[in-house]
Amino acid sequence: MTRLALEQVACFRGGRLLFEDLNLGLEPGEGMLVTGANGVGKSSLLRIAAGLLAPAAGRVARDGELALAGEAAALDEDQTLFAALAFWGQLDGRDDEAVALALAAMGLAQLAQVPVRLLSTGQRRRATLARVIASGAGIWLLDEPASGLDAASMNELAAAMAGHLAAGGVILAASHQPLGLDMREFAL
Amino acid sequence: MNLFSRLVRRDLARAFAHGGAWLPLVFYLLVATLFPFAIGPDAALLAKVGGGALWTAALLAALLPVERLVRPDIASGVMDQLAIRGQSDEAVAAAKLTAHWLSFGPLLMAATLPAAALLNLDGATLTRLEIGLLLGTPGLAALGLAVAALTASLRGAGALIGLVMLPLAVPLLIFGASPAEGALKLLAATSLLFVAGAPFVAGAALRAGRS
Repeated sequence: MTRLALEQVACFRGGRLLFEDLNLGLEPGEGMLVTGANGVGKSSLLRIAAGLLAPAAGRVARDGELALAGEAAALDEDQTLFAALAFWGQLDGRDDEAVALALAAMGLAQLAQVPVRLLSTGQRRRATLARVIASGAGIWLLDEPASGLDAASMNELAAAMAGHLAAGGVILAASHQPLGLDMREFAL
Repeated sequence: MNLFSRLVRRDLARAFAHGGAWLPLVFYLLVATLFPFAIGPDAALLAKVGGGALWTAALLAALLPVERLVRPDIASGVMDQLAIRGQSDEAVAAAKLTAHWLSFGPLLMAATLPAAALLNLDGATLTRLEIGLLLGTPGLAALGLAVAALTASLRGAGALIGLVMLPLAVPLLIFGASPAEGALKLLAATSLLFVAGAPFVAGAALRAGRS
């Protein structure tokens, strides 16, 4: 069963207390949208949930594999989009078909053989999301997944997220704009 | 194929992708070419100081790739993604160390053949130099990786890398260039110490850089 729970978590960054006593729990099939102004600590919250950042207090309980779509795409610029995604796919024990399906889910199938360095901002964002989809991980952590996406890509993202939740996955997304999906909101 | 070999292969491909891996080689050969111009055509003198000159050139050549060892992977989020997958920073650092050595160690050893000819080194000196480079370049690679990880989060680290790394490389230079009996054993010992310690230093630096 895929689960994510943060208990009484506090975050201290750059000499400032961003938030404290934060509790949230996600059961299988649940998604949550973290909202809040710039700099309020949305990304830090995701990094704490991912285990990249140690919380100043409290604890994080994770049950399941993690996939994070952060600010950076983490794709090698010189490789083709497919090869760059396949690198992570192989580390996650996924075959090429899973990568191809993820590319198609984000409408990138035609760009599979294009080098990553030639992708536009929006395409890069979609490639980052395709990496998360291809990972097969149960817990998705999405940091501003909709930034730079056009309307069609927004629909693809919403469909992919809905499919993941329907399959019993967990999504924690941070965004200042609506994602076109009915999720609990958490104002930071 | 396991994670380690995948990471080594990826780093090697990246090192050669922009021709960046050839830079240390070209630099090394260039120094070997410049040296006789500076010293003059005294064959005996060249043969005498040539080994030390090549070791200095190797040391400086090893500095060149250091800046792009760790920092680009932190900036592009690759390090974060590896950490999320539960890979220890030490294992990632060990893979990076292996790839880094493979990208410049064997090339420097190959380039030593023409460089030795340029400096009129005899067979015995050349053999000793090659053995020394085989033993010493892993230590240089280890130092480079540790310094790259330590300076990755600093602005303008380029100049700092040389200042931090070169003093630490002095033992390798001394034992590598020394014709004394037993110097090679000390070189191997120093190199081993660096290789054994670098993944832990780099791993700790990577972890500290995330917070």
